[in-house]
Amino acid sequence: MVITRSLESFGNYCMFLWRVFGVPEKWREFFKRYMSEIYKLGIDSIPLIVIVSLFIGALCTILIKLNINNPLLPRYAVGLSTREIILLEFSSSILCLILSGKIGSNIASEIGTMRVTEQIDAIDIMGINSANFLVMPKILGLITILPFLVVICMATSLFGGYLICVLTSIVDVDTYIYGIQTMFIEWYVWFALIKSLFFAFVISSISAYYGYTVQGGSVEVGKASTDAVVMSNIMILLVDVILTKVMLQ
Amino acid sequence: MIQVQNIRKSFAEGDSTREVLHGITADFFDGKTNLIIGQSGSGKTVLVKNIVGLFMPDEGHILYDGRDITVMDRRQLKDLRKEIGMLFQGSALFDSETVMGNVMFPLKMFSTLSHSEQMDRAQFCIDRVNLTGSEKKYPSELSGGMQKRAAIARAIALNPKYLFCDEPNSGLDPKTSIVIDELLSDITHEYGITTIINTHDMNSVMGIGENIVFINKGHVGWIGTKDEVYDQDNDDLNNFVYATDLFRDVRKYRLVHGYKK
Repeated sequence: MVITRSLESFGNYCMFLWRVFGVPEKWREFFKRYMSEIYKLGIDSIPLIVIVSLFIGALCTILIKLNINNPLLPRYAVGLSTREIILLEFSSSILCLILSGKIGSNIASEIGTMRVTEQIDAIDIMGINSANFLVMPKILGLITILPFLVVICMATSLFGGYLICVLTSIVDVDTYIYGIQTMFIEWYVWFALIKSLFFAFVISSISAYYGYTVQGGSVEVGKASTDAVVMSNIMILLVDVILTKVMLQ
Repeated sequence: MIQVQNIRKSFAEGDSTREVLHGITADFFDGKTNLIIGQSGSGKTVLVKNIVGLFMPDEGHILYDGRDITVMDRRQLKDLRKEIGMLFQGSALFDSETVMGNVMFPLKMFSTLSHSEQMDRAQFCIDRVNLTGSEKKYPSELSGGMQKRAAIARAIALNPKYLFCDEPNSGLDPKTSIVIDELLSDITHEYGITTIINTHDMNSVMGIGENIVFINKGHVGWIGTKDEVYDQDNDDLNNFVYATDLFRDVRKYRLVHGYKK
Protein backbone atom coordinates (compact mmCIF):
# COMPACT_ATOMS: atom_id res chain seq x y z
CA MET A 1 0.00 0.00 0.00
CA VAL A 2 2.75 2.45 0.99
CA ILE A 3 4.79 1.46 -2.07
CA THR A 4 1.78 1.89 -4.36
CA ARG A 5 1.05 5.31 -2.89
CA SER A 6 4.69 6.38 -3.15
CA LEU A 7 4.86 5.27 -6.77
CA GLU A 8 1.61 7.10 -7.50
CA SER A 9 2.97 10.28 -5.89
CA PHE A 10 6.21 9.98 -7.84
CA GLY A 11 4.25 9.50 -11.07
CA ASN A 12 2.14 12.57 -10.31
CA TYR A 13 5.31 14.53 -9.49
CA CYS A 14 6.82 13.55 -12.88
CA MET A 15 3.62 14.55 -14.70
CA PHE A 16 3.63 17.83 -12.80
CA LEU A 17 7.22 18.49 -13.93
CA TRP A 18 6.19 17.67 -17.50
CA ARG A 19 3.61 20.48 -17.28
CA VAL A 20 6.06 22.84 -15.60
CA PHE A 21 8.75 22.62 -18.26
CA GLY A 22 6.70 23.78 -21.22
CA VAL A 23 7.22 26.84 -23.37
CA PRO A 24 6.07 29.98 -21.51
CA GLU A 25 2.99 31.72 -22.85
CA LYS A 26 4.82 35.05 -23.00
CA TRP A 27 8.60 35.21 -22.58
CA ARG A 28 8.47 38.79 -21.35
CA GLU A 29 6.17 37.86 -18.49
CA PHE A 30 8.28 34.81 -17.77
CA PHE A 31 11.48 36.89 -17.41
CA LYS A 32 9.70 39.38 -15.21
CA ARG A 33 8.57 36.61 -12.88
CA TYR A 34 11.97 34.92 -13.11
CA MET A 35 13.77 38.08 -11.94
CA SER A 36 11.18 38.64 -9.24
CA GLU A 37 11.67 35.05 -7.95
CA ILE A 38 15.45 35.48 -7.92
CA TYR A 39 14.93 38.50 -5.71
CA LYS A 40 12.24 36.95 -3.53
CA LEU A 41 13.82 33.52 -3.04
CA GLY A 42 17.48 34.48 -3.21
CA ILE A 43 18.28 38.07 -2.38
CA ASP A 44 15.75 38.12 0.46
CA SER A 45 17.53 35.09 1.99
CA ILE A 46 20.94 36.78 2.20
CA PRO A 47 20.47 38.27 5.71
CA LEU A 48 19.51 34.83 7.07
CA ILE A 49 22.47 33.20 5.30
CA VAL A 50 24.93 35.80 6.59
CA ILE A 51 23.75 35.47 10.20
CA VAL A 52 23.67 31.66 10.19
CA SER A 53 27.01 31.38 8.38
CA LEU A 54 28.80 33.77 10.73
CA PHE A 55 27.70 31.76 13.76
CA ILE A 56 28.37 28.36 12.20
CA GLY A 57 31.83 29.44 11.04
CA ALA A 58 32.64 30.67 14.53
CA LEU A 59 31.20 27.53 16.14
CA CYS A 60 33.18 25.23 13.83
CA THR A 61 36.39 27.04 14.73
CA ILE A 62 35.71 26.86 18.48
CA LEU A 63 34.66 23.19 18.45
CA ILE A 64 37.54 22.06 16.28
CA LYS A 65 40.01 23.93 18.47
CA LEU A 66 38.50 22.28 21.59
CA ASN A 67 38.68 18.82 20.04
CA ILE A 68 42.14 19.03 18.52
CA ASN A 69 44.42 18.86 21.50
CA ASN A 70 46.96 16.46 20.09
CA PRO A 71 50.36 18.22 20.15
CA LEU A 72 51.36 16.28 17.02
CA LEU A 73 48.71 18.08 14.97
CA PRO A 74 49.76 21.44 13.60
CA ARG A 75 47.89 24.49 14.94
CA TYR A 76 46.78 25.45 11.44
CA ALA A 77 44.64 22.25 11.41
CA VAL A 78 41.85 24.31 13.00
CA GLY A 79 41.58 26.62 9.98
CA LEU A 80 42.06 23.76 7.55
CA SER A 81 39.34 21.59 9.16
CA THR A 82 36.95 24.52 9.42
CA ARG A 83 37.44 25.24 5.70
CA GLU A 84 36.89 21.60 4.68
CA ILE A 85 33.70 21.27 6.74
CA ILE A 86 32.36 24.51 5.33
CA LEU A 87 33.23 23.75 1.71
CA LEU A 88 32.16 20.12 1.71
CA GLU A 89 28.98 20.10 3.77
CA PHE A 90 27.89 23.28 5.45
CA SER A 91 27.89 25.73 2.55
CA SER A 92 25.78 23.50 0.35
CA SER A 93 23.95 20.71 2.19
CA ILE A 94 23.35 22.24 5.62
CA LEU A 95 22.63 25.65 4.12
CA CYS A 96 20.04 24.08 1.79
CA LEU A 97 18.45 22.22 4.70
CA ILE A 98 18.07 25.59 6.42
CA LEU A 99 16.86 27.29 3.25
CA SER A 100 14.34 24.56 2.52
CA GLY A 101 12.59 25.67 5.72
CA LYS A 102 12.40 29.25 4.53
CA ILE A 103 12.08 28.93 0.77
CA GLY A 104 10.29 25.56 0.66
CA SER A 105 7.53 26.58 3.04
CA ASN A 106 7.24 29.92 1.25
CA ILE A 107 6.74 28.27 -2.14
CA ALA A 108 4.36 25.57 -0.87
CA SER A 109 2.19 27.96 1.10
CA GLU A 110 2.09 30.60 -1.67
CA ILE A 111 1.05 28.13 -4.37
CA GLY A 112 -1.17 26.17 -1.98
CA THR A 113 -3.07 29.33 -1.04
CA MET A 114 -3.47 30.17 -4.71
CA ARG A 115 -4.88 26.68 -5.24
CA VAL A 116 -7.46 26.79 -2.43
CA THR A 117 -8.57 30.33 -3.31
CA GLU A 118 -9.11 29.26 -6.95
CA GLN A 119 -6.43 31.65 -8.28
CA ILE A 120 -4.82 28.72 -10.10
CA ASP A 121 -8.19 27.76 -11.62
CA ALA A 122 -8.53 31.38 -12.76
CA ILE A 123 -5.18 31.12 -14.57
CA ASP A 124 -6.15 27.78 -16.15
CA ILE A 125 -9.50 29.17 -17.29
CA MET A 126 -7.67 31.89 -19.20
CA GLY A 127 -5.90 29.17 -21.19
CA ILE A 128 -2.55 29.60 -19.43
CA ASN A 129 -0.54 26.59 -18.25
CA SER A 130 -0.62 27.50 -14.55
CA ALA A 131 2.12 25.02 -13.54
CA ASN A 132 4.45 26.50 -16.12
CA PHE A 133 3.48 30.09 -15.38
CA LEU A 134 3.83 29.84 -11.60
CA VAL A 135 6.46 27.18 -10.99
CA MET A 136 9.06 27.36 -13.76
CA PRO A 137 10.27 30.86 -12.79
CA LYS A 138 10.65 29.65 -9.20
CA ILE A 139 12.67 26.56 -10.13
CA LEU A 140 14.92 28.36 -12.61
CA GLY A 141 15.22 31.38 -10.33
CA LEU A 142 16.40 29.30 -7.38
CA ILE A 143 18.78 27.26 -9.55
CA THR A 144 20.27 30.54 -10.78
CA ILE A 145 20.70 32.24 -7.41
CA LEU A 146 21.54 29.38 -5.05
CA PRO A 147 25.18 28.93 -6.20
CA PHE A 148 25.78 32.62 -5.42
CA LEU A 149 24.24 32.13 -1.99
CA VAL A 150 26.56 29.18 -1.46
CA VAL A 151 29.58 31.36 -2.29
CA ILE A 152 28.32 34.01 0.14
CA CYS A 153 27.88 31.31 2.76
CA MET A 154 31.44 30.01 2.24
CA ALA A 155 32.96 33.47 2.56
CA THR A 156 30.86 34.49 5.54
CA SER A 157 31.47 31.23 7.42
CA LEU A 158 35.22 31.55 7.01
CA PHE A 159 34.92 35.16 8.10
CA GLY A 160 32.98 33.97 11.17
CA GLY A 161 35.90 31.75 12.08
CA TYR A 162 38.28 34.65 11.52
CA LEU A 163 36.16 36.93 13.75
CA ILE A 164 36.16 34.46 16.63
CA CYS A 165 39.95 34.20 16.33
CA VAL A 166 40.26 38.00 16.43
CA LEU A 167 37.81 38.43 19.28
CA THR A 168 38.89 35.56 21.54
CA SER A 169 42.41 34.66 20.43
CA ILE A 170 41.34 31.01 20.53
CA VAL A 171 43.70 30.51 17.60
CA ASP A 172 46.31 32.89 16.34
CA VAL A 173 44.76 34.87 13.44
CA ASP A 174 47.72 34.31 11.12
CA THR A 175 47.64 30.58 11.85
CA TYR A 176 43.92 30.47 11.09
CA ILE A 177 44.43 32.33 7.80
CA TYR A 178 47.32 30.00 6.93
CA GLY A 179 45.07 27.02 7.79
CA ILE A 180 42.21 28.05 5.53
CA GLN A 181 44.66 28.56 2.63
CA THR A 182 46.79 25.47 2.99
CA MET A 183 46.21 22.27 0.96
CA PHE A 184 43.30 23.96 -0.82
CA ILE A 185 41.45 21.72 -3.26
CA GLU A 186 39.57 23.84 -5.76
CA TRP A 187 37.32 20.93 -6.76
CA TYR A 188 35.60 21.13 -3.36
CA VAL A 189 34.26 24.55 -4.26
CA TRP A 190 32.94 23.24 -7.57
CA PHE A 191 31.54 20.21 -5.76
CA ALA A 192 29.55 22.48 -3.43
CA LEU A 193 28.31 24.61 -6.32
CA ILE A 194 27.23 21.59 -8.37
CA LYS A 195 25.44 20.11 -5.36
CA SER A 196 23.60 23.41 -4.83
CA LEU A 197 22.12 23.20 -8.34
CA PHE A 198 20.57 19.83 -7.51
CA PHE A 199 19.38 21.04 -4.12
CA ALA A 200 17.80 24.13 -5.67
CA PHE A 201 15.81 21.91 -8.02
CA VAL A 202 14.81 19.58 -5.18
CA ILE A 203 13.64 22.37 -2.86
CA SER A 204 11.71 24.36 -5.46
CA SER A 205 10.12 21.51 -7.40
CA ILE A 206 9.04 19.42 -4.40
CA SER A 207 7.65 22.42 -2.52
CA ALA A 208 5.82 23.63 -5.61
CA TYR A 209 4.37 20.14 -6.17
CA TYR A 210 3.02 19.96 -2.62
CA GLY A 211 1.52 23.43 -2.93
CA TYR A 212 0.07 22.86 -6.38
CA THR A 213 -1.67 19.61 -5.47
CA VAL A 214 -3.13 20.73 -2.14
CA GLN A 215 -6.86 20.17 -1.69
CA GLY A 216 -9.02 21.68 1.01
CA GLY A 217 -8.44 24.83 3.03
CA SER A 218 -5.95 26.62 5.23
CA VAL A 219 -5.28 23.55 7.41
CA GLU A 220 -4.29 21.53 4.35
CA VAL A 221 -2.08 24.38 3.09
CA GLY A 222 -0.22 24.35 6.42
CA LYS A 223 0.15 20.58 6.25
CA ALA A 224 1.35 20.74 2.64
CA SER A 225 3.90 23.35 3.65
CA THR A 226 5.24 21.13 6.44
CA ASP A 227 5.24 18.03 4.22
CA ALA A 228 7.10 19.98 1.54
CA VAL A 229 9.88 20.93 3.95
CA VAL A 230 10.16 17.42 5.38
CA MET A 231 10.25 15.77 1.95
CA SER A 232 12.71 18.37 0.61
CA ASN A 233 15.04 17.71 3.56
CA ILE A 234 14.91 13.95 3.07
CA MET A 235 15.58 14.31 -0.66
CA ILE A 236 18.42 16.80 -0.08
CA LEU A 237 20.15 14.28 2.20
CA LEU A 238 19.55 11.43 -0.25
CA VAL A 239 20.89 13.46 -3.18
CA ASP A 240 23.80 14.58 -0.99
CA VAL A 241 24.82 10.98 -0.28
CA ILE A 242 24.55 10.01 -3.96
CA LEU A 243 26.50 13.06 -5.22
CA THR A 244 29.20 12.72 -2.58
CA LYS A 245 29.68 9.08 -3.50
CA VAL A 246 29.71 9.82 -7.23
CA MET A 247 31.77 13.01 -7.24
CA LEU A 248 34.28 12.53 -4.45
CA GLN A 249 35.18 8.86 -4.76
CA MET B 1 -25.01 29.43 -27.60
CA ILE B 2 -23.68 26.69 -25.36
CA GLN B 3 -25.34 23.29 -25.64
CA VAL B 4 -24.81 20.65 -23.00
CA GLN B 5 -25.77 17.19 -24.23
CA ASN B 6 -26.22 14.21 -21.93
CA ILE B 7 -23.29 14.98 -19.62
CA ARG B 8 -22.28 12.32 -17.10
CA LYS B 9 -19.53 12.76 -14.55
CA SER B 10 -18.34 10.41 -11.81
CA PHE B 11 -15.71 10.75 -9.10
CA ALA B 12 -13.70 8.05 -7.35
CA GLU B 13 -14.75 7.49 -3.77
CA GLY B 14 -12.43 4.98 -2.18
CA ASP B 15 -12.63 1.82 -4.28
CA SER B 16 -15.95 2.75 -5.88
CA THR B 17 -17.17 5.67 -7.99
CA ARG B 18 -20.02 8.07 -7.39
CA GLU B 19 -21.89 9.59 -10.31
CA VAL B 20 -22.58 13.28 -9.68
CA LEU B 21 -24.11 14.23 -13.03
CA HIS B 22 -26.58 11.76 -14.49
CA GLY B 23 -27.02 12.83 -18.09
CA ILE B 24 -27.54 16.60 -18.06
CA THR B 25 -28.93 18.21 -21.22
CA ALA B 26 -29.55 21.95 -21.45
CA ASP B 27 -29.10 24.96 -23.75
CA PHE B 28 -27.66 28.33 -22.70
CA PHE B 29 -28.50 31.27 -24.94
CA ASP B 30 -26.56 34.26 -26.28
CA GLY B 31 -27.25 37.65 -24.73
CA LYS B 32 -29.19 36.10 -21.87
CA THR B 33 -28.45 35.53 -18.21
CA ASN B 34 -28.67 31.75 -17.94
CA LEU B 35 -28.96 30.54 -14.38
CA ILE B 36 -28.09 27.11 -13.04
CA ILE B 37 -29.88 26.71 -9.75
CA GLY B 38 -30.22 23.94 -7.22
CA GLN B 39 -29.46 22.98 -3.65
CA SER B 40 -25.94 22.70 -2.33
CA GLY B 41 -24.48 19.36 -3.41
CA SER B 42 -26.84 19.00 -6.37
CA GLY B 43 -23.98 19.08 -8.89
CA LYS B 44 -24.15 22.72 -10.09
CA THR B 45 -20.47 23.51 -9.60
CA VAL B 46 -19.40 20.19 -11.15
CA LEU B 47 -21.60 21.00 -14.15
CA VAL B 48 -20.07 24.46 -14.56
CA LYS B 49 -16.54 23.07 -14.20
CA ASN B 50 -17.37 20.53 -16.91
CA ILE B 51 -18.72 23.23 -19.19
CA VAL B 52 -15.60 25.41 -18.84
CA GLY B 53 -13.32 22.40 -19.25
CA LEU B 54 -11.79 22.30 -15.78
CA PHE B 55 -13.24 18.77 -15.61
CA MET B 56 -13.79 16.51 -18.59
CA PRO B 57 -17.15 14.70 -18.66
CA ASP B 58 -17.18 10.89 -18.71
CA GLU B 59 -19.89 10.97 -21.38
CA GLY B 60 -21.72 13.54 -23.45
CA HIS B 61 -20.86 16.65 -25.44
CA ILE B 62 -20.52 20.35 -24.72
CA LEU B 63 -20.87 22.60 -27.75
CA TYR B 64 -19.72 26.22 -27.84
CA ASP B 65 -21.49 27.56 -30.91
CA GLY B 66 -21.11 24.12 -32.45
CA ARG B 67 -17.51 23.54 -31.26
CA ASP B 68 -17.34 20.41 -29.12
CA ILE B 69 -15.06 21.00 -26.12
CA THR B 70 -14.92 17.27 -25.31
CA VAL B 71 -13.04 16.41 -28.49
CA MET B 72 -10.75 19.45 -28.62
CA ASP B 73 -6.99 19.06 -28.41
CA ARG B 74 -4.95 21.21 -26.03
CA ARG B 75 -4.36 23.97 -28.59
CA GLN B 76 -8.05 24.25 -29.54
CA LEU B 77 -9.05 24.26 -25.87
CA LYS B 78 -6.53 26.99 -25.19
CA ASP B 79 -7.91 29.12 -28.03
CA LEU B 80 -11.47 28.60 -26.80
CA ARG B 81 -10.52 29.63 -23.29
CA LYS B 82 -9.47 33.02 -24.56
CA GLU B 83 -13.17 33.55 -25.34
CA ILE B 84 -14.19 32.65 -21.79
CA GLY B 85 -14.34 34.87 -18.72
CA MET B 86 -15.02 33.46 -15.29
CA LEU B 87 -16.03 34.94 -11.99
CA PHE B 88 -15.18 32.59 -9.13
CA GLN B 89 -17.04 32.19 -5.87
CA GLY B 90 -14.20 33.71 -3.86
CA SER B 91 -13.31 36.20 -6.63
CA ALA B 92 -9.88 34.52 -7.12
CA LEU B 93 -8.10 37.83 -7.55
CA PHE B 94 -4.30 37.62 -7.48
CA ASP B 95 -3.26 38.77 -4.01
CA SER B 96 0.07 40.13 -5.16
CA GLU B 97 -1.48 42.38 -7.81
CA THR B 98 -3.48 45.59 -7.52
CA VAL B 99 -6.92 45.91 -9.06
CA MET B 100 -5.27 47.40 -12.15
CA GLY B 101 -2.71 44.56 -12.20
CA ASN B 102 -5.47 41.96 -11.98
CA VAL B 103 -7.48 43.49 -14.83
CA MET B 104 -4.32 43.98 -16.90
CA PHE B 105 -3.26 40.35 -16.43
CA PRO B 106 -5.28 38.72 -19.26
CA LEU B 107 -4.47 41.70 -21.51
CA LYS B 108 -0.72 41.34 -20.87
CA MET B 109 -0.85 37.62 -21.53
CA PHE B 110 -3.01 37.55 -24.65
CA SER B 111 -3.72 40.89 -26.27
CA THR B 112 -1.63 42.45 -28.99
CA LEU B 113 -2.41 45.95 -27.74
CA SER B 114 0.35 48.35 -26.77
CA HIS B 115 0.91 49.01 -23.07
CA SER B 116 -1.00 52.29 -23.12
CA GLU B 117 -3.89 50.67 -25.00
CA GLN B 118 -3.93 47.88 -22.45
CA MET B 119 -4.05 50.47 -19.67
CA ASP B 120 -6.95 52.22 -21.40
CA ARG B 121 -8.86 48.98 -21.82
CA ALA B 122 -8.25 47.98 -18.18
CA GLN B 123 -9.36 51.44 -17.02
CA PHE B 124 -12.50 51.15 -19.17
CA CYS B 125 -13.35 47.80 -17.53
CA ILE B 126 -12.69 49.17 -14.05
CA ASP B 127 -14.89 52.19 -14.76
CA ARG B 128 -17.58 49.90 -16.20
CA VAL B 129 -17.88 48.02 -12.91
CA ASN B 130 -17.84 51.29 -10.94
CA LEU B 131 -14.49 50.72 -9.28
CA THR B 132 -12.94 54.00 -10.41
CA GLY B 133 -10.46 55.17 -7.80
CA SER B 134 -9.59 51.67 -6.58
CA GLU B 135 -7.07 50.90 -9.31
CA LYS B 136 -4.09 50.91 -6.97
CA LYS B 137 -5.72 48.95 -4.15
CA TYR B 138 -4.83 45.35 -3.40
CA PRO B 139 -7.59 42.71 -3.07
CA SER B 140 -7.10 42.60 0.71
CA GLU B 141 -8.02 46.30 0.84
CA LEU B 142 -11.35 45.76 -0.93
CA SER B 143 -14.75 44.77 0.43
CA GLY B 144 -16.37 41.52 -0.78
CA GLY B 145 -18.56 43.37 -3.28
CA MET B 146 -15.63 45.38 -4.62
CA GLN B 147 -13.60 42.19 -5.03
CA LYS B 148 -16.45 40.69 -7.04
CA ARG B 149 -16.59 43.78 -9.24
CA ALA B 150 -12.83 43.70 -9.76
CA ALA B 151 -13.12 40.03 -10.74
CA ILE B 152 -15.90 40.92 -13.21
CA ALA B 153 -13.67 43.63 -14.69
CA ARG B 154 -10.89 41.06 -15.13
CA ALA B 155 -13.33 38.55 -16.63
CA ILE B 156 -14.57 41.01 -19.29
CA ALA B 157 -11.14 42.51 -20.09
CA LEU B 158 -10.67 40.38 -23.20
CA ASN B 159 -14.26 40.88 -24.43
CA PRO B 160 -15.30 37.28 -23.75
CA LYS B 161 -18.07 35.59 -25.71
CA TYR B 162 -18.93 33.42 -22.72
CA LEU B 163 -19.04 34.50 -19.09
CA PHE B 164 -19.32 32.03 -16.19
CA CYS B 165 -20.10 33.03 -12.64
CA ASP B 166 -19.88 30.61 -9.75
CA GLU B 167 -22.03 31.77 -6.84
CA PRO B 168 -21.44 35.48 -7.54
CA ASN B 169 -23.45 36.56 -4.49
CA SER B 170 -21.97 34.27 -1.88
CA GLY B 171 -20.88 36.21 1.19
CA LEU B 172 -22.53 39.44 0.04
CA ASP B 173 -25.35 41.39 1.68
CA PRO B 174 -28.67 41.50 -0.25
CA LYS B 175 -28.15 45.06 -1.48
CA THR B 176 -24.66 44.38 -2.84
CA SER B 177 -25.96 41.13 -4.33
CA ILE B 178 -28.50 43.08 -6.34
CA VAL B 179 -25.77 45.45 -7.55
CA ILE B 180 -23.67 42.49 -8.73
CA ASP B 181 -26.70 40.81 -10.35
CA GLU B 182 -27.64 43.98 -12.21
CA LEU B 183 -24.06 44.50 -13.30
CA LEU B 184 -23.86 40.96 -14.70
CA SER B 185 -27.22 41.35 -16.42
CA ASP B 186 -26.26 44.73 -17.93
CA ILE B 187 -22.92 43.43 -19.20
CA THR B 188 -24.62 40.37 -20.70
CA HIS B 189 -27.12 42.46 -22.65
CA GLU B 190 -24.64 45.19 -23.55
CA TYR B 191 -22.08 42.85 -25.12
CA GLY B 192 -24.36 39.96 -26.13
CA ILE B 193 -22.39 37.52 -23.98
CA THR B 194 -23.60 34.00 -23.17
CA THR B 195 -23.62 34.26 -19.39
CA ILE B 196 -24.04 31.24 -17.14
CA ILE B 197 -24.53 31.95 -13.46
CA ASN B 198 -24.40 29.18 -10.91
CA THR B 199 -26.42 30.24 -7.87
CA HIS B 200 -28.84 29.19 -5.16
CA ASP B 201 -29.85 32.75 -4.38
CA MET B 202 -33.57 33.06 -5.12
CA ASN B 203 -33.32 36.86 -5.29
CA SER B 204 -30.98 36.44 -8.26
CA VAL B 205 -33.31 33.90 -9.83
CA MET B 206 -36.26 36.26 -9.63
CA GLY B 207 -34.20 39.29 -10.56
CA ILE B 208 -32.20 38.25 -13.60
CA GLY B 209 -33.20 34.65 -14.47
CA GLU B 210 -33.96 34.74 -18.19
CA ASN B 211 -33.23 31.06 -18.71
CA ILE B 212 -33.20 28.91 -15.60
CA VAL B 213 -31.94 25.33 -15.39
CA PHE B 214 -32.83 23.63 -12.11
CA ILE B 215 -30.45 20.82 -11.17
CA ASN B 216 -31.72 18.27 -8.69
CA LYS B 217 -29.51 15.41 -7.49
CA GLY B 218 -27.49 15.46 -10.70
CA HIS B 219 -30.51 15.55 -13.03
CA VAL B 220 -32.16 18.42 -14.85
CA GLY B 221 -35.26 18.98 -12.70
CA TRP B 222 -36.83 21.85 -14.61
CA ILE B 223 -36.06 24.46 -17.28
CA GLY B 224 -37.90 27.76 -17.69
CA THR B 225 -37.82 31.50 -17.08
CA LYS B 226 -38.23 33.55 -13.90
CA ASP B 227 -41.83 34.29 -14.85
CA GLU B 228 -42.62 30.59 -15.09
CA VAL B 229 -41.09 29.64 -11.74
CA TYR B 230 -44.19 30.57 -9.71
CA ASP B 231 -46.63 28.74 -11.94
CA GLN B 232 -45.02 25.34 -12.28
CA ASP B 233 -45.93 22.18 -10.39
CA ASN B 234 -42.51 20.57 -9.99
CA ASP B 235 -42.35 19.41 -6.35
CA ASP B 236 -38.56 19.45 -6.12
CA LEU B 237 -38.36 22.96 -7.56
CA ASN B 238 -41.15 24.14 -5.28
CA ASN B 239 -39.31 22.74 -2.27
CA PHE B 240 -36.26 24.71 -3.38
CA VAL B 241 -38.01 27.94 -4.35
CA TYR B 242 -40.35 28.09 -1.37
CA ALA B 243 -37.78 27.16 1.24
CA THR B 244 -37.86 30.69 2.69
CA ASP B 245 -40.76 32.47 4.41
CA LEU B 246 -40.45 35.36 1.98
CA PHE B 247 -41.16 33.29 -1.09
CA ARG B 248 -43.86 31.24 0.70
CA ASP B 249 -45.59 34.56 1.45
CA VAL B 250 -45.24 35.64 -2.15
CA ARG B 251 -46.81 32.39 -3.29
CA LYS B 252 -49.66 32.73 -0.77
CA TYR B 253 -50.28 36.26 -1.99
CA ARG B 254 -50.36 35.12 -5.58
CA LEU B 255 -52.77 32.28 -4.77
CA VAL B 256 -55.10 34.55 -2.76
CA HIS B 257 -55.10 37.32 -5.32
CA GLY B 258 -55.03 34.98 -8.30
CA TYR B 259 -52.09 36.90 -9.74
CA LYS B 260 -50.93 35.77 -13.13
CA LYS B 261 -48.27 37.32 -15.28
